[in-house]
Amino acid sequence: MNVIKTENLAFEYIKRDDDGNVEGIIRAVDGVDLEVKPGEFIAILGSNGSGKSTFAKHLNAINMPTEGTVWIDGKDTKEPDNLWEVRETAGMVFQNPDNQIIGQVVEEDVGFGPENLGIPTSEIWERVEESLKAVGMWEFRKHSPNKLSGGQKQRVSIAGVIAMHPKCIVLDEPTAMLDPNGRYEVIRAARALNDVEKVTIILITHYMEEVTHADRVFVMDHGKIAMQGTPREIFSRVEELKELRLDVPQVTMLAYELKKRGINLPDGILTIEELTDHLTKMRK
Amino acid sequence: MLRDITLGQYYQADSIIHRLDPRVKLIGTFAYIIALFVSKNVWGYLIATIFLVGVIKLSKVPVKFMLKGMKAIAFLIVITVAFNLFLTPGEAWISIWKLTITKEGAKTAGTMALRLAYLIVGSSVMTLTTTPNQLTDALESVLGPLKKLKVPVHEIAMMMSIALRFIPILMDETDKIMKAQIARGASFDSGSIIQRAKSLIPLLVPLFISAFRRANDLAMAMEARCYQGGEKRTKMKPLKYVRTDYIGYIILVIFFAGMIATRYIH
Repeated sequence: MNVIKTENLAFEYIKRDDDGNVEGIIRAVDGVDLEVKPGEFIAILGSNGSGKSTFAKHLNAINMPTEGTVWIDGKDTKEPDNLWEVRETAGMVFQNPDNQIIGQVVEEDVGFGPENLGIPTSEIWERVEESLKAVGMWEFRKHSPNKLSGGQKQRVSIAGVIAMHPKCIVLDEPTAMLDPNGRYEVIRAARALNDVEKVTIILITHYMEEVTHADRVFVMDHGKIAMQGTPREIFSRVEELKELRLDVPQVTMLAYELKKRGINLPDGILTIEELTDHLTKMRK
Repeated sequence: MLRDITLGQYYQADSIIHRLDPRVKLIGTFAYIIALFVSKNVWGYLIATIFLVGVIKLSKVPVKFMLKGMKAIAFLIVITVAFNLFLTPGEAWISIWKLTITKEGAKTAGTMALRLAYLIVGSSVMTLTTTPNQLTDALESVLGPLKKLKVPVHEIAMMMSIALRFIPILMDETDKIMKAQIARGASFDSGSIIQRAKSLIPLLVPLFISAFRRANDLAMAMEARCYQGGEKRTKMKPLKYVRTDYIGYIILVIFFAGMIATRYIH
């Protein structure tokens, strides 16, 4: 069964002026169909205003669809009775690390979710330990979150979600406010969860470099899914990506430009190693 | 000045006071504050000093952290002292120009200053050795009976702990906005008092907007983590009294009795 399934999902913001009259309707998500199988690593790309974050908030029943349906593990998010089960199944990590940490000490924050679920005390401790170890933050368990770096804070947030044992984790631009080091840390933690714990990951981002390891990539534009496929398929369509105001990774861009000048390279090169391999082979 | 407030700032250390049940610390702090106002003479302050110094020593928190909290209220102490010094009627002691200091005034001023200082230091011992979450738990547990009267005890406790957690974040934010406004020519420390107060507007407006935005984000994050109020919630660190806590209570009772006893020493 699919962990996530959306059918013809649409979401509208109603814009009102100062007197409360309807000024206009913005269709932020417009007919999205998506199916995600357990254990997949899915990336959703899109530039600002493409509707990717609005879409992500549907997976956790924070936003309710205006039209269409979202099923999380077979449960319709629109049913009020399913609300807490949906949130337990699909954990969510948000953009700003400061605004999602509730505890004053790292371990207390990670315990917050399990506490809400009514997990017995001894098990909460087991979960806190296992989740902090999974993101490599165990040695910081007694620290104050305010003293951590952005990347470390985001890893704590991820641990807080893992401790609730969700089937899938939605990361809504978790790296947008981080420096390159922090970004690397967070993405590595997410990948490890996917590889080792087989947790389904939905990564929302606008950094192309972060999606090269995804199983499937969706590109959103104006609320619709504009492109989908494996990272290699997506990155071989450089011109289309540029039209969607997305930057292709530098190495892919270089390979693309070289190919345009008549050098025989395959489409959609993703890593520096790949490119050097091909180029050295060519010289022989 | 804002940064010096240590209230709500946990100091990480491993001490007997840190491990004490937060309920003991909460009730203890209240008992201590009441005791400060119960005692009337030197003996009372002697006992309070011994008690306070003892607790600070046991807590392993550097004294300078305690005193930091004092700086923030220094102004309040100065005003209190000044009022008491000059406005208490009684036997004249020293006369400068039109101001007269009376003996009674000097005595009350001294007592007030000491009380305020002890009050702040005493309560910072609690906040420095107890995480806001523990404090929240203690408050919830101590005020628990009020739930029967439909007082939203859990919600109040949760709001307090969140407020405490966001103090340092909003401090940093204030600092950032201040620098940003200074970079654009704003001045926060010149001009008359009215001008200075007015110059705070470009600081407070962005700060409030950002605080609301953060509150919105946090509420969303809490809901996403299945927060649904106090019911059905379990505790990661449930409060359970152990031997040291009972000993703590006994020491408290002795201290409190001692403070009351000093009222009868002449």
